[in-house]
Amino acid sequence: MTLAEIRFVLPDFRLAGAEIFLLFMICVILIVELFVAKKGSETARKTAHALAQLALAGSAALICTANASGVALRTFSNTFVSDPIADVLKLAIILAVSLSFLYSSAKLPGRAALAKAEFYALTLVATLGMMVIVSAGSFMTLYLGVELLSLPVYALVALDRDSASATEAGMKYFVLGALASGLLLYGISMIYGATGSLDAVTVAGRLFSPRGNRIVAAFGVVFLVAGIAFKLGAAPFHMWVPDVYQGAPTPVTLLVASAPKIALFGFAVRALPGALAALSQDWQAMLLVISATSIAVGNVAAIAQTNVKRMLAYSSIAHTGFVLLGLSVGVVDGSAANMINAYSASLFYVLVYALSSLGAFGILLLLPGSEGEGDISALAGLGARNPLLAAALATLMFSMAGIPFLAGFFAKFSVLVAVVAAGSVWLAVFAVFFSLVGVFYYLRVVRYLYFDSAAPFGHAANIEAPAFLKALAAANALAVALLGVFPNALMAVCVYALSRSIFM
Amino acid sequence: MNVVFDWPLASCAIWLPVAAGLLVLALSPLGASFARGVALAGAVLGVLVTVPLYAGFDTTTASMQFVESMPWIPLFNCAYALGVDGISLPFVILNSLITLVVVFGSGGRAGARPAQYDAAFLLMSGLMNGIFCALDGMLFYVFFEASLIPLYLIIGVWGGPNRVRAAYRFILFTLAGSLLLLVAFIALFLIAGGSFSIADWHRVSIDEATQTWIFLAFLAAFGVKLPMWPLHTWLPEAHVEAPTGGSIVLAAIALKLGAYGFLRFSLPIVPDAARALSWLVVALSLVAVVYIGLVALAQTDMKKLVAYSSIAHMGFVTLGAFAALDAGVSFDRSLGVIGALIQMVSHGIVAAAMFYCIGALYERTHSRQIADYGGVVRVMPKFSAFFLLFSMANIGMPGTSSFIGEVLVIFAALEYNFWAALAAALTLVIGAAYTLRMYQRVIFGEVTNPALSESRDVDRREFAVLSLLALGTLAIGLYPQPLIEVLRVSVDELLRHAAVAKFF
Repeated sequence: MTLAEIRFVLPDFRLAGAEIFLLFMICVILIVELFVAKKGSETARKTAHALAQLALAGSAALICTANASGVALRTFSNTFVSDPIADVLKLAIILAVSLSFLYSSAKLPGRAALAKAEFYALTLVATLGMMVIVSAGSFMTLYLGVELLSLPVYALVALDRDSASATEAGMKYFVLGALASGLLLYGISMIYGATGSLDAVTVAGRLFSPRGNRIVAAFGVVFLVAGIAFKLGAAPFHMWVPDVYQGAPTPVTLLVASAPKIALFGFAVRALPGALAALSQDWQAMLLVISATSIAVGNVAAIAQTNVKRMLAYSSIAHTGFVLLGLSVGVVDGSAANMINAYSASLFYVLVYALSSLGAFGILLLLPGSEGEGDISALAGLGARNPLLAAALATLMFSMAGIPFLAGFFAKFSVLVAVVAAGSVWLAVFAVFFSLVGVFYYLRVVRYLYFDSAAPFGHAANIEAPAFLKALAAANALAVALLGVFPNALMAVCVYALSRSIFM
Repeated sequence: MNVVFDWPLASCAIWLPVAAGLLVLALSPLGASFARGVALAGAVLGVLVTVPLYAGFDTTTASMQFVESMPWIPLFNCAYALGVDGISLPFVILNSLITLVVVFGSGGRAGARPAQYDAAFLLMSGLMNGIFCALDGMLFYVFFEASLIPLYLIIGVWGGPNRVRAAYRFILFTLAGSLLLLVAFIALFLIAGGSFSIADWHRVSIDEATQTWIFLAFLAAFGVKLPMWPLHTWLPEAHVEAPTGGSIVLAAIALKLGAYGFLRFSLPIVPDAARALSWLVVALSLVAVVYIGLVALAQTDMKKLVAYSSIAHMGFVTLGAFAALDAGVSFDRSLGVIGALIQMVSHGIVAAAMFYCIGALYERTHSRQIADYGGVVRVMPKFSAFFLLFSMANIGMPGTSSFIGEVLVIFAALEYNFWAALAAALTLVIGAAYTLRMYQRVIFGEVTNPALSESRDVDRREFAVLSLLALGTLAIGLYPQPLIEVLRVSVDELLRHAAVAKFF
């Protein structure tokens, strides 16, 4: 065998430039930490933070320049895809991680266990995993990305190793996450068994042809969807969500609640309509049940919570339900006419959710002392103690509740349009009813902010937080408001990204 | 003059108060009197904008005037389309006047945060004008829901001891209805081939079953807002807990949105269902008129009494509109709808005045219980004279605005069904009973309350507000022709739409 016969093709590294740069920077951060003045000092943390932001900015720049053609390009033996949807999701992920670093810098200096370069390095590894997921061209890459995302996050949740609740949360997350990974892998192996390939395009083609074994593949889909639901935290696979959100240190919760949702949306889009379009009947029905359950369970359980972090955890379950709802109505009676609308509605939803979630947890982080750990009474009288932060948090809550002129409303609206267009008016009424239930607990936050006085809880009269972080929180809320008044631009980006990407 | 009419007057009517409200919020740290000045200027400007709107209004055409249109969310074909016709113009003017009354009448003395109080009403006023001017279903819906936020905060922040519960019930009831409205709007959007234009919705043909459920969704949304029996339970509580200004806006404007929705959406868009189900609306209206009237008779709290009387009066509005729809051909149907509209405007003025009077009493003695009063005429003669006028207007005395509306509605009911008309006429007796009972116990008799005996009569500010409202009710009562002229052509056009069957 000569070299020519092996047909070795040099992969196009440029397309994966952002990922490669990020990996390089992770190593740089870890090495630099060894040489910075004093380990664990504030200088060391600031250096790591600056390098991490630099890494993210560099990756973003590389994403923007790598593939400006607007068509899908593949490399690394078709396991890596670069297309508009990947670019949009990656940029959103990078923005989310970058914002969560900024918000975390309010609390990290006071917490020695977290204020280390490892915090940034691990988060960036997770970011790398997310970027791999959304660029995956084969099931192997998808799985690789999921593990690359999950493992650092398990460690991050338990990073504060002296905190009992954090280690407990980390353990729960790890055990259930490992189970979910097992499910994913099992599902992928069945799909491989049915089609003889892991490549998304080949799998899609073989399932449509009579040669594909659709029964086995359908079993694979069951495990795959369960795995995705586990990772996304959708009911009935949601048990880890509240414990992890509440138990993890708030800077980590901030991360878990934002960027991974975007990446896992990418996972769902790559795996389901991307590779398994032939089985859309099967997975759409599953997603429908999962999303309806999530919307109901998340909203109802959130009512009973007195901890804001836990409440937002249940709320994230409900929001995940809405995202999956859009994905479950793309193909109607074998016609893909509703697909772009439905998926772009989901994409818009998940982006808006990530932005609101970042703002909400970010503002919790700015509260002094232990008030950031989420007990709802910490918010009492915030309207008088710090009108700017209170207004920002109230805006985010109204947005999550889906009240217009705010982005959350248009997110719900566009998903509902897709649902009604698919002919499921009753499903829309169901979703709407549970959104109403959701309004109850979002407004409870507003109630604490404005209707209650801080006096009985003995809070300080005003909040001391760095001015630029307060401005960031305000800008975050303002962005949610502006996306509500002018939603068209972002919606158009979502439609463009999906219509130019891998499907059919 | 033409220069003025070429201005985007509808936009001005919406965004001037909103801008003033935001300005007040931003400037409130600079000093209370300064913020107060800005608030007053905003309210006055809001009224001034309506002057060219009325002066330039052409009463001979039914088409929309002062039309503005530009694309807003092209993806969903939503437009920023505004305009006024004879049905919306009176409410824009009423709304701006009531805002002036509330902002001027509050005297900058509203509890701890007077600037925010004024700002909330200015924001509310702009959003309300948006509801009345919107020609695009989505725009209407967005304003319709967004206006809940300021009112929720007004009740929750400046309300009485049970304000939290009242605010919750207000927003959850209203949202329950309006979320169904959203689903109906989405369905109409798809039926109309992807258009949110209300004019397109008027034209599109809809099959009978779809019409029925859309009508029921409308009924839920507007019925809660109106409120119709049995969806009314939030209103008395909201009125009792709301501060005076909140009650005034709630009664004068917010309730009108329900009736406006019936006229703008239910009658012309789903006319066949509206005719088929008019018996249901008429029956519910009669229950409201008679049963709620009796409930009002049993009240000991003045605000609650006026709240129940509001429900009864709003029952007259739906009675007039739907009885006219199904009245015999010999009857000039427009009269019934015009009666309903005059009743709306009239109730807007009279209920505002009643709540203002009760607020004035409450400021002096801190009680709203009828039993705590007696002999007010001995200490506050001017006040008693005003209160007498408004009580008479509440009963429907000839010479006041309510008389015109109620008489026309009873004519329409008479054509619809003799017994319905009899029941409606009966309420005039009940109305007289509960209003006069309150008036007699509060105003006449001995002064028993020491707090009352030290009270002063109305000051100049209160005198000005009450005179303005008195002028309004007498002007419409004695010479309703200008109002009828504004309404006439648009109502004829509305009924022409409502008379045409929409399914084939």
